[in-house]
Amino acid sequence: MIFPKIKVLLSHGRQAIPDLDAVELTEEFRGRPELTEPADSAEREALAAAAAICPTGAIATAPFALDLGRCLFCGECARRAPRSIRFTNDYRMGAPTREGLVVRPGDRCVKFDPADVRPEIRRYFGQALQLREVSAGGDASVEMELGATGNVNFDLGRFGIGFTASPRHADGVVVSGPVSANMAEALEICYEAVAEPKILVACGTDACSGGLFAESRAVDRSFFERHRVDLWLPGNPSHPMVFIDGIRTLLGKKTRG
Amino acid sequence: MNYYVTDNTAPSIPLADIPEVSYAAFYDDVAARLAEPRYHVAHYFALPDGGRLRFFLLLLDDAEGRVLVASHAMEYYDDMPLPSLTARHAQMHPFERDIAERYGVRFDAMPWEKPLRFPHDRFDRRSSMDNYPFYSIEGGSLHEVNVGPIHAGIIEPGAFRFICNGEQVLHLEIALGYQHRGVEEAFAATHNRLRQACLAEAVAGDSAVAHAEAFAEAIEKLSGRPRPAELDRERAVALELERMAMQIADTGALSMDVGYQLGQVASEALRTMTINTTQAWCGNRFGKGLVRPHGTDHPLTAEKAAMIRRNVAEIARRYDEVRRDIESSPTLLARFEQCGIVAENEMQRIGGVGQAARASGLARDIRTSHPWGVYARELHHEPVVMRQGDVMARLAVRSREVARSAAYIDRLVAEFEQKYAAGESPCAAPDYEAPLAPSSLSVGLVEGWRGEICHVAVTDAEGRIAAYRAKDPSLHNWLALALAVRGEGISDFPICNKSFNLSYCGHDL
Ligand code: SF4
Repeated sequence: MIFPKIKVLLSHGRQAIPDLDAVELTEEFRGRPELTEPADSAEREALAAAAAICPTGAIATAPFALDLGRCLFCGECARRAPRSIRFTNDYRMGAPTREGLVVRPGDRCVKFDPADVRPEIRRYFGQALQLREVSAGGDASVEMELGATGNVNFDLGRFGIGFTASPRHADGVVVSGPVSANMAEALEICYEAVAEPKILVACGTDACSGGLFAESRAVDRSFFERHRVDLWLPGNPSHPMVFIDGIRTLLGKKTRG
Repeated sequence: MNYYVTDNTAPSIPLADIPEVSYAAFYDDVAARLAEPRYHVAHYFALPDGGRLRFFLLLLDDAEGRVLVASHAMEYYDDMPLPSLTARHAQMHPFERDIAERYGVRFDAMPWEKPLRFPHDRFDRRSSMDNYPFYSIEGGSLHEVNVGPIHAGIIEPGAFRFICNGEQVLHLEIALGYQHRGVEEAFAATHNRLRQACLAEAVAGDSAVAHAEAFAEAIEKLSGRPRPAELDRERAVALELERMAMQIADTGALSMDVGYQLGQVASEALRTMTINTTQAWCGNRFGKGLVRPHGTDHPLTAEKAAMIRRNVAEIARRYDEVRRDIESSPTLLARFEQCGIVAENEMQRIGGVGQAARASGLARDIRTSHPWGVYARELHHEPVVMRQGDVMARLAVRSREVARSAAYIDRLVAEFEQKYAAGESPCAAPDYEAPLAPSSLSVGLVEGWRGEICHVAVTDAEGRIAAYRAKDPSLHNWLALALAVRGEGISDFPICNKSFNLSYCGHDL
């Protein structure tokens, strides 16, 4: 019957976000943190308490730094040491180097230096990019957010960027999860099956550092020692905008300080 | 036989109070009880205890809301095989397989002696993902189709092997373990309770709220500290929001697989609205960070309550239009109806739980049978039950539960608005330091969107978590998927699979 369909259509109208580069997330969203050097001993103590309770040991106190690649964005440190750590709703957190995910006092953005991007990436993939996603111990939240990048709201396909089933059709691999030992071989085979030139993206805090499972004996992260990651995306999970912004910046469609 | 009898609201149990019986008595009694439909096993696991291996069984009595706890033990190096309960009751299979895989315990006449998840500390190191003993059938007209571990979509890995006669599936075997991360041992390896709460959220990220609630329940029963009613209410709102989001997501996934694009995109948009509501409440679209022991970091405020109420009402209204469209489209019904049937007695036999069990006529719902928090005091939930056991029934359970969840959220938020909106929210901040009862066992039982979630924490003499078990309903229901596709065309596998949407990581831990 046609009438119920028309109703559904009318209720929804146009769903796609008109300008993906102009998206602002809700105030509540915990994105890029901003750090301030503690000013007195009370603040230093508060920061030490925050570092001690951090579930993944993402905070270093001397010198003070917060590693987004390990952060679960639970927000606890900002509650313990509100003068030293404050979360903003900035989702522009992807970086071309692992080191780039380390936030220091005074940083006002996660830097993205085009010099860190292999030149062939922009040359070959600037117009279209098809990716093969591999979940290797991911908890399904990163995977669902990656799926959401192509949905009716985010519609990443508008830029010619999407996910494909076969690695033979893909220009690169997106890894989620800490890389469970039981998936290590399948991940390697899949990566090898993608033709050169190709890109590699680590999506989510689990992929960036192992996250909660960094020390687990069930995890085997040697994949990341063998292969260079072109884009590191933090988040638990990474919000679709973290991925979209990261990929667009990697491809040179957006710039960041 | 002797059981420790408790329910889903009582405090934790001193280990010394759990009666230990001989395996023979255990076997006879459990075998007899499982023949009655009112009982099913919520968990059965073994823990090394000095030179012994102590086994614990949690049996749920749906008729009286009881949780029966039984125990037996053996010497660690005793290699006398135990008569297998799986041989009598198929629902025991994941538990006996787990115990055998971890500790090398042998179960005599176990009909399905297969690895479960290849944990890194498995007893038999020779057993590996590469030599999973797939079942095979001889026959010139048969062929096998191997899928995975990596699947076509952006989903988790697992290996499926079909044995087909032409297009028809005779048998499907699902080999899992690729997602094993060592979750349970990570709980016991830390004393940082915030880290443990984050681990609970990571058991299955699409059920982060439900697993975090099961963890919080287990911890709060151990601390014995009463929980304010407001906190229960906020947790129920979070849990029902998660349920709505996922039931809507799966409606979209089913729509996609039959080429019903309108339903797919409408469901995608509605899921976005739902999880954005959760995000506007707590900063995370999956509700990570929302549920914490003894309190909350994101108490409802008047504005947030109003926002949730508004959004949920609109989502429910629009989703109902999608539901109606599906139910009035013969082309969709032709795909969904009479496809992937699991009969009630089969579901019963394999110990199926959650929305899939309810779609097969089995009224299992922890919110009803073992209510906790507001479900015990205010909501008095009646399970949504369908009889057909097909893809359509599983979809219909989902769509009716969305309406039910929306109504609960509306009611709970309205109550909140009447009582607290003017003043400050009375929910306190979480507490990660509350002392826990020593040498005790504590159970958190929660009905997540997929079904029954069961967390068990065991403390040592100092009141620290010494062992932890987390069960996702997928542990029971993967077998239901395997049964559902028997006799179906292999091309119907995707919709059968989506109609269950089970968790790989929740199974593999
Ligand atoms: S928000 Fe990140 S850095 Fe802060 S405590 Fe949580 S995990 Fe650690």
